[in-house]
Amino acid sequence: MLSRVAESIYWMSRYVERAENVARFVEVNEHLMLDLPPEMPPQWGPLVEITGDMAAFHRLYSTADQQSVCGFLTFDPNNPNSILSALRAARENARSVRPSLSSEVWAEVNRAYLYAKGQSAGGTESLYDFLRAVIRSSHGVEGATNATLSHSEEWHFSRIGRLLERADKTARILDIRYFTLLPGREPVGRSVDDLHWTAVLQSVSALEMYRHRHGMVRPEATAEFLLLNRHFPRSVRNCLKRADESLHAITGTPEGSFRNPAERRLGRLVAELAYTAIGEVIEDGLHEFLDELQVKLNGVGEALHQSFFAPRFTSGRRPDTTLEE
Amino acid sequence: MTFANYDTGGFYDELFLADGSPRPEFHQLVDRITSLPAGDFARRQRAAERNLVHTGITFNVYGDDSGEERILPFDLVPRLVTSEEWRWIERGLEQRIRALNLFIDDIYHDQKILRDRVIPGDVVRSSQGFREECMGLNPPLGVWSHITGTDLVRDSDGQIYVLEDNLRVPSGVSYVLQNRAVLKRTFPNVLRGLGVRGVNGYPGRLRAILDDVAPPDARRAKLAVLTPGRYNSAYFEHSFLAHQMGVELVEGSDLAVEDDQVFMRTTAGLRRVHTIYRRIDDDYLDPRVSRPDSLLGIPGVMEAYRRNRVTLVNAPGTGVADDKVVYAYVPKIIKYYLGEDAVIPNVPTYMCWDDRQRDHVLENLKDLVVKPANESGGYGMLIGPHSTAADREEFRRRIRENGRNYIGQTTLSLSRVPTMVDGRFEGRHVDLRPFILYGRDVFVLPGGLTRVALRKGSLVVNSSQGGGSKDTWVLAQPPKLTDGQTLQRCPDC
Repeated sequence: MLSRVAESIYWMSRYVERAENVARFVEVNEHLMLDLPPEMPPQWGPLVEITGDMAAFHRLYSTADQQSVCGFLTFDPNNPNSILSALRAARENARSVRPSLSSEVWAEVNRAYLYAKGQSAGGTESLYDFLRAVIRSSHGVEGATNATLSHSEEWHFSRIGRLLERADKTARILDIRYFTLLPGREPVGRSVDDLHWTAVLQSVSALEMYRHRHGMVRPEATAEFLLLNRHFPRSVRNCLKRADESLHAITGTPEGSFRNPAERRLGRLVAELAYTAIGEVIEDGLHEFLDELQVKLNGVGEALHQSFFAPRFTSGRRPDTTLEE
Repeated sequence: MTFANYDTGGFYDELFLADGSPRPEFHQLVDRITSLPAGDFARRQRAAERNLVHTGITFNVYGDDSGEERILPFDLVPRLVTSEEWRWIERGLEQRIRALNLFIDDIYHDQKILRDRVIPGDVVRSSQGFREECMGLNPPLGVWSHITGTDLVRDSDGQIYVLEDNLRVPSGVSYVLQNRAVLKRTFPNVLRGLGVRGVNGYPGRLRAILDDVAPPDARRAKLAVLTPGRYNSAYFEHSFLAHQMGVELVEGSDLAVEDDQVFMRTTAGLRRVHTIYRRIDDDYLDPRVSRPDSLLGIPGVMEAYRRNRVTLVNAPGTGVADDKVVYAYVPKIIKYYLGEDAVIPNVPTYMCWDDRQRDHVLENLKDLVVKPANESGGYGMLIGPHSTAADREEFRRRIRENGRNYIGQTTLSLSRVPTMVDGRFEGRHVDLRPFILYGRDVFVLPGGLTRVALRKGSLVVNSSQGGGSKDTWVLAQPPKLTDGQTLQRCPDC
């Protein structure tokens, strides 16, 4: 397939997934603030920290309160990662590759954007309903992609985009604990702490699955579940494992080996997570671990670009004309 | 929904007779619309428009920086054409397209028609669409214009004329297919009852032509639609056609030329492309040949084309027959190459390069339509009867400055079709753009884009100027009439 098309499909999925995750962040924080004991001040700043857009936020707003943070993350056109901006970018990418998508996928992406745009221009729905609808529309896109797009190269690139974005966001939300200022291990803090970890699990729809597996909400088990669980579809390891499968399906390289930088970097990261124990992560510092993970994920993204999206003509070499579709 | 107060206003109405009764051959449609409860028709219309927005069937307007897309306004009342009138149109269009192809081929070879002084050589050589670099080229099957959209209009006396030939990159066919899809949902029984001919075969036929004209060294031809990108006003159509044909939609930056072959950049390296249905103008096609500033084109593609390693559709240089001054000679062109009289007449046209005709135009500006020879989209036109004195003064100046670039035409009272305006039906002027495909044979799509000037009294149907569209229903059979009904015959059938 065309490199440009592969890249656009990849970004289309990434942006839809991004919109979904931002919606999840806002939703869960909204809930969390309502659950906090009345004497604790509400905290909205950490939310911007997770998305990594603190600098952009401070250029636009002076204080981080509910109104400014929610505005920044939902409809602000000046924030490239707001829900509205992400859906617009998803749609622009989809629009440029429409013939490669099924009508259903296009219609879902288009509908998601038009809905958000309609709400931004004086919508009538509550914030909660809006966020839920964004999450649903992301599921709509994913469902249409799985059910109506041939599971060939296009689908694999779309899947890789979605899963890398999801892995990135799950890692970030786990890091929220680091940015949130909480009273330490005091008795009262203990229950607040539980609230936080419960909220973290909820934000990635993991609470129910977690309880099946571990029962009580405990920090270490939560981190393990979201980072290393093999079966939960939003855990970093599960996302990267499936992205790796898609990558190999695209190139035909046998699993466990590599022929290009993308395969090498992603494969190594998957192997690393498979042989990581949560104990050592906590011991060495969860925040540091997550920081490093972000860097490696970015590296995978760059390698993908290099290997698939930006192939150049190499002068002197005759182009390979033997490929048949 | 009622037509009770519908007024044909002295114009030729495509659906009603002058006495206000429905044309008997189309009465089924009028009956059906009349039977709809009040408000139902408007509701269907709104639902159809909403559907267009949701499926993203939209276009961008040049010069509108808001980046907002609009839908092409769409009216649910179709325009109907009887089977016998369509046979006549089909015959006329086929004749015209064959003659124009022979003309283009002649111009780029021996120029017999110029040497025989049927057309002044200056007119052809000064045409913006004439491409020196195409001299001596032989496109596969000898076809230059594979896709043509010819604009037809009907005057108040019922006579149909050719208004202009679009042989470069005519657009609108996607709306023909989309409009039909909407009307199939809206009036399924009337469509069946009237026996309306289908239009869905178009993408398949176009694909077959792209295959047939592929270069000789292509075993399994790889086909592509070349678009300027998603900000182009016709982007929806480019993407729609690529999708429907199941071929790649490419932008200039996706392609590169090596060893005089064209390649696409894919995730698995370079892949050869054989036929390109290009939706960008000759000027932008190859920055090495024409506009060096073009970022849309493919450097080196013309050389690959000259060497028959890639086929471009329509062929470069086809625009020479798209010039409005050349248009004026089409009846002579038909006579010269085919020895026949033109089936469908031209609108009476005055060429401003000729002193006598220019004087006539300058003296009668108020009654004429003046058009630049090489514009499209309804830009740069003067509609005499609707113009101000200042407009006319401006055109007088332009025509004196550059007579070659202007033609004057009799202002026709374009026929009308009932159109939903503010909850009731009013007559609006229309034209008709049928699409003609030419590969091994000529195929005229039974239907076409009926463009409608939505502004009251307006004669400009272009989408960039407040125009909308309607579906066009070509009937397969002459209608069965009940006792006592008679058919109006079209004047030329």
